[in-house]
Amino acid sequence: MDNQERIIAIVRKVSNQAATPDPEESLFDSGLLDSFALPDMVSELEREFGIKIPDSDLSPRKFESIAKIQSYIESRM
Amino acid sequence: MAAIQAFGAYLPSRVVTNGELASRLDCEADWILDVSGIEERRYAEGEESVASMGVAAARECLDHAGLKASEVGMILVSSGSSERRFPGPASAIAHSLNAGEIPAAIPAIDLPIASAGSLFGMAMAAHLSAVHGNVLVIASEKMSPIATREPLERGIAPLFGDGAGACLIGSGGPVSIIDSVLHSDGAFADDLRLELDGPLAMNGRSVILQASRKIPGAIGELLNKNGRTARSVKVFLMHQANQNLMDRVARALDVEAARFYSNIRTYGNTSSASMLIAAAEWWRNAEHHVDDLICFAAFGAGFHWGALLAQS
Repeated sequence: MDNQERIIAIVRKVSNQAATPDPEESLFDSGLLDSFALPDMVSELEREFGIKIPDSDLSPRKFESIAKIQSYIESRM
Repeated sequence: MAAIQAFGAYLPSRVVTNGELASRLDCEADWILDVSGIEERRYAEGEESVASMGVAAARECLDHAGLKASEVGMILVSSGSSERRFPGPASAIAHSLNAGEIPAAIPAIDLPIASAGSLFGMAMAAHLSAVHGNVLVIASEKMSPIATREPLERGIAPLFGDGAGACLIGSGGPVSIIDSVLHSDGAFADDLRLELDGPLAMNGRSVILQASRKIPGAIGELLNKNGRTARSVKVFLMHQANQNLMDRVARALDVEAARFYSNIRTYGNTSSASMLIAAAEWWRNAEHHVDDLICFAAFGAGFHWGALLAQS
């Protein structure tokens, strides 16, 4: 699996929905992520990619779409 | 070692149900319960103010401690919903408690930092009591005029209620204060704010994301620092912001959610007052045993957050 597929798998897990969001689509506007699924997704991203996301980077905007998540994660790897 | 001598609380008598708010918000009452865990809240009426509710909670606290107001050496008042820019409610509360008893010149200090204010007040009182004797910490919030400001927002209006809590901290008492940790980070100050004459502005996603990490982080930091574990804590008395958040913090600490005392279903989020209202209720109703560990925790606008560890 490439990074984008790994991220989509996490979004599916925390949202409990078998959706395949467009990379640029807002995960908040589409209803896939709510306020409480977001911290779950961040924890899953840390586990999956073996990184520690500092609190200072915990801005919802960084995690709004698959593309933004991928860009951020790859900048931390 | 500083100790908590007593708690007190005051809740206005007017109960506002989800049904009453639902018609104004054009939603179902059950939807409010589902998304917030809140079934009803209390609203101040008529002449009830931040100061008058604070006085009522303080008086109950002093009654429980068996002390007169004249035996208080300092007053700390937390409120993010004070009716005016200055003076804050602390001096008015001190004046009302005075009633010919309390020495008029004792310092009465406002802590206008909203949700985490009562925790910060308790932590500060634990240190200040060595110099000032008995320190009365009061948190009083009249959130209803703020939360129901037009245009009403579904994401804000149902969440908040009014009320006040108090605790007395001095050199001796039934609950010794072991330690505390306090933190502030202004990087997210805009994500939860109340501008002068403006509506309450809340980036709920940012607040929940940060709180989900910072609250268990502060509790863990405090417990580690004192060689304790989360499972050794009998009760967690946390700012009553959101039931889902409390459940999430419990999971992060690997303890059962039942250890987090909750009254949010009946009072909503009373901002900084909520933790002391919860403490007063819990203390009144629970069985207490020697050496029980009690952990207080709060997170709110600023962001300010922290935890305080105490032992009966």
